[in-house]
Amino acid sequence: MDKYIEVPFDKSVSDSLNAGDYVYLTGTVYVARDAAHKRMMESLDQGRELPFDIKDQTIYYMGPSPKREGKVIGSAGPTTASRMDKYAPRLMDMGMTGMIGKGKRTNEVAEAMHRNKVTYFAAVGGAGALLSKCITSSEIIAYEDLGTEAIRKLEVKDFPAIVVMDCHGNCLYN
Amino acid sequence: MREVSVEAVTDAIEEMCIKVCHELSDDMKACLFNAYDNETSELGKKILGQLKENLEIAKEEMIPVCQDTGMAVVFLKVGQEVHFTGGNITDAVNEGVRRGYTKGYLRKSVVSDPIERINTKDNTPAVIHYEIVPGDKVTITVAPKGFGSENMSRVFMLKPADGIEGVKKAILTAVSDAGPNACPPMVVGVGIGGTFEKCAIMAKEALTRPAGEHSSIGYVKDLEEEMLEKINGLNIGPAGLGGRTTAFAVNINTYPTHIAGLPVAVNICCHVNRHIQWEI
Ligand code: SF4
Repeated sequence: MDKYIEVPFDKSVSDSLNAGDYVYLTGTVYVARDAAHKRMMESLDQGRELPFDIKDQTIYYMGPSPKREGKVIGSAGPTTASRMDKYAPRLMDMGMTGMIGKGKRTNEVAEAMHRNKVTYFAAVGGAGALLSKCITSSEIIAYEDLGTEAIRKLEVKDFPAIVVMDCHGNCLYN
Repeated sequence: MREVSVEAVTDAIEEMCIKVCHELSDDMKACLFNAYDNETSELGKKILGQLKENLEIAKEEMIPVCQDTGMAVVFLKVGQEVHFTGGNITDAVNEGVRRGYTKGYLRKSVVSDPIERINTKDNTPAVIHYEIVPGDKVTITVAPKGFGSENMSRVFMLKPADGIEGVKKAILTAVSDAGPNACPPMVVGVGIGGTFEKCAIMAKEALTRPAGEHSSIGYVKDLEEEMLEKINGLNIGPAGLGGRTTAFAVNINTYPTHIAGLPVAVNICCHVNRHIQWEI
């Protein structure tokens, strides 16, 4: 079923989504991948705050290619989500409600999704040029020294994704 | 002796890196178009349609086909009559990669050390495989490799008694485990024989053989066809969401091996299987 979803969203939206739903996301998402997650965890361990308020937010696991003159961003498709599995439950427990990536997740992630009503969306891997057209603005908000792995804030419009794991325990990959 | 300036190698590699990340080779395009026409899963077809559109946008607007523009793998076949002039050939290859990735707005994905992990900011160094061959030409193949699929690749040190059935099992295991992580439809490169490292390099090089071209060895060609059929029956499908199109091709290379061994490497690549070859 096709659904149009505004991001950020709260737990009630997760509740209404089911594995297999084809969605178009519009609004704000944050971008972070391996190195940014590692650094966010170090911050939390040291009792410091995250660079953005994670409540009700969606993280897109992605590292774009550099943008050309006149473009918002370079190629911008999803990266493999399982590399963030070690970190994701902690962020979900802090209020994150959505994740966008590709590939399977661990049971710990599935449990944290269920516990916190979180949705995991897959974007099509290797369609970075196409997906970049759905991004209307991009701004680095933290960890600029990490280059492509910096934390970015994106505005997206009708960004196509598929609910692969819902908060009810269903997974489309199985 | 034929003199070849290393600057010519740098220039070629710069251009090849940029081209290969923005436009897939004709064999890969043909695989995608063909799969789109034949995919029966509705969602699978929709995804293949997006991938087709993605290729058009990439080429027209010069946006890389995928944001992971890879670690640059370079195969350099150097004729033994060639004399390189003007500098060190390894430096020249890396300079080509540096310029290509910088001028071409390609992603810099290489870290200087596997543990300390500081980005080198120019995607160097490349992984370079040299081979000395007869003649006076230099054949350069550039194959930037994304790591979503690289991470799902495997080496199996089988026993001779495992035979061809063991090889089939190894290939299917690697592909099933890779599943959605490797951005299917995949291209599967396989190396059978040699030693631990030889089979891995063969598997990598097999990925650069145009999809649809088969091995000249009878049983290997049969194995390529049988494996493709079996893989496409796994129902992994485009993006791992079900369907027939799980792989575009299975390319297998073989080499003599030791009486005690049967090494098998399976190098998984995604649908963004970039390979380009030029001759100097
Ligand atoms: S596996 Fe291939 S298509 Fe997928 S993100 Fe990596 S390079 Fe791109």
